[in-house]
Amino acid sequence: MQYRTISRRSLLAAAATGPMVSAASAADTGLLNVSYDPTRELYRDINRAFIAAWQKKAGQRITINQSHGGSGAQARAVLDGLQADVVTLALAADIDALAKRGLLAVDWQAKLPDNSAPTTSTIVLLVRKGNPKGIHDWPDLVRQDVSVITPNPKTSGGARWNFLAALAWARAQPNATDGSVEEFMRLLFRHVPVLDTGARGATNSFVQRGIGDVLIAWENEAWLARKEIGADEFSIVYPSMSILAEPPVAVVDSVVDRKGTRAVAEAYLQFLYTKEAQEIVAKNYYRPRDPTVATQYAERYPAMKLATIQDFGGWSTAQATYFSDGGMFDRIFTPGR
Amino acid sequence: MRIAQQSALPGFAPTFAVTLLWLSLIVLIPLAALALRPWELGILGVWQSVTEPRVLAALRLSFGTAAFAAAVNVPFGLLIAWVMVRYRFYGRSLADSLIDMPLALPTAVAGISLTALFAPKDWIGALLTPLGIKVAYTPLGILVALIFVGLPFVVRTLEPIIMDLPLEAEEVAATLGATRAQIILRIVLPALLPALLAGFGAALARGVGEYGSVIFIAGNMPMISEIAPLLIVIRLEQLDYAGAAALGLVMLLASFIILLLLNLLQRRMTVQA
Repeated sequence: MQYRTISRRSLLAAAATGPMVSAASAADTGLLNVSYDPTRELYRDINRAFIAAWQKKAGQRITINQSHGGSGAQARAVLDGLQADVVTLALAADIDALAKRGLLAVDWQAKLPDNSAPTTSTIVLLVRKGNPKGIHDWPDLVRQDVSVITPNPKTSGGARWNFLAALAWARAQPNATDGSVEEFMRLLFRHVPVLDTGARGATNSFVQRGIGDVLIAWENEAWLARKEIGADEFSIVYPSMSILAEPPVAVVDSVVDRKGTRAVAEAYLQFLYTKEAQEIVAKNYYRPRDPTVATQYAERYPAMKLATIQDFGGWSTAQATYFSDGGMFDRIFTPGR
Repeated sequence: MRIAQQSALPGFAPTFAVTLLWLSLIVLIPLAALALRPWELGILGVWQSVTEPRVLAALRLSFGTAAFAAAVNVPFGLLIAWVMVRYRFYGRSLADSLIDMPLALPTAVAGISLTALFAPKDWIGALLTPLGIKVAYTPLGILVALIFVGLPFVVRTLEPIIMDLPLEAEEVAATLGATRAQIILRIVLPALLPALLAGFGAALARGVGEYGSVIFIAGNMPMISEIAPLLIVIRLEQLDYAGAAALGLVMLLASFIILLLLNLLQRRMTVQA
């Protein structure tokens, strides 16, 4: 299935069918880009540009297939044999999981600039028309009358960034203790009526089903919902603190070496850092790395106070502390502990 | 060892061989793979992994709602099967094909449709919300989905049995002065009880394993509306294959025991009848 425009129906279809590979006609060389949930539109545009650029540069006609789904689920699919030439996932931990099992070099993140993350994004709050509940910052989310939509951090990479963004705010409060932080998170999730498995599913619950007063979302997903459903239906609220999300990209060594696609796969990822691609990135509501493009779009992407994953000890520590079995996310749902 | 009864039909040996081969290939080998997988955690690890509070809550929810939904489907399924077999009416064949729709429909489509009806701002949900009834994103939503997918199992199990009920028995009872209630309680229901149990068992088994239609309407909150099959998927996505297999094994064993008990009960009733 190819998504030309993301209509209301395709939002629904995407949520319904989960991971899927978009078909393309057979050509000389094919690349498979296995990506996370909300990047469908971004990579559709990127692919079109790269195919043209590669034809001009190498004189080779190629096709690029995309597969999308929850970041963790996508990593598992690659692990179980999905022949991804490149992975472009929501967080480094999911690519680390592949590296740990030998699919790519352990030092993959050093191979490309900026921690192998050609785009960044952050976590924002999307509220309904006119912000009827007066939501301006994280503490508003735990008010009595507010209902919050966020996906399940066990299955969604975006949901983990959401979780850490809220956590970053709670930790930055004066007199914050481990106990007060955990209590805030417990309270926050008591305001969540439904946990979707992926970011797109959560957007769908909020936008289509009309559930909840506020959606904790990727900045790009929030912009996209506004663009598709109508800018006056929703507003984006920038909280006083959030987190710098760096969705990384990597070539899957074991696949490209077998398929003989290393050159084009590496060129594809390097292309993401070019000015042309960075323009596409910015247009698709991701924050570009390129400073000139960033300046050009500065108005759309206001500067924010951002924590980084390093503040949580890196992904493997954060994963173990908060999201593994028995971690904070499990604890806040277990009564009496 | 005598394994075969005399039969009018020849060819026991080849057919029995095919039966064994096919059962092993299609059923036993995958089940064995599932049963072998969790033990890399060690016996204690498996025990811990399936007795976490969150896992127990999910198992309770899955088996509880599946049993409840099957119990709801039994009287209504009986009624539908009775009407379909005993009466001829306009549009009967249409109604007959409708019964199979929950089987034919992709479960995800069923789940999305139900959610689109029962979400607080949608058709039915908007009517129920003022009454304080929340269906979508609560265990009640799971129940609705399981009733939907379970209905054909009850109806289709009962229909052939009702077809075979001798009408004469009811007529004789009537001529002997039995009331309608007596005929139903003494003649009809006892004859149908084994089939009712079988239908209950089939709907229950389907409900316990149901995933697609449930996740859209369930809410998926840990400890509240998170079904066991979702927990298996979550464990797989955390690359915890052994933990997922352990939970799968527990569900398999529980379903097997329930179906075995229902079968035994059913056999005893058939012998008595």
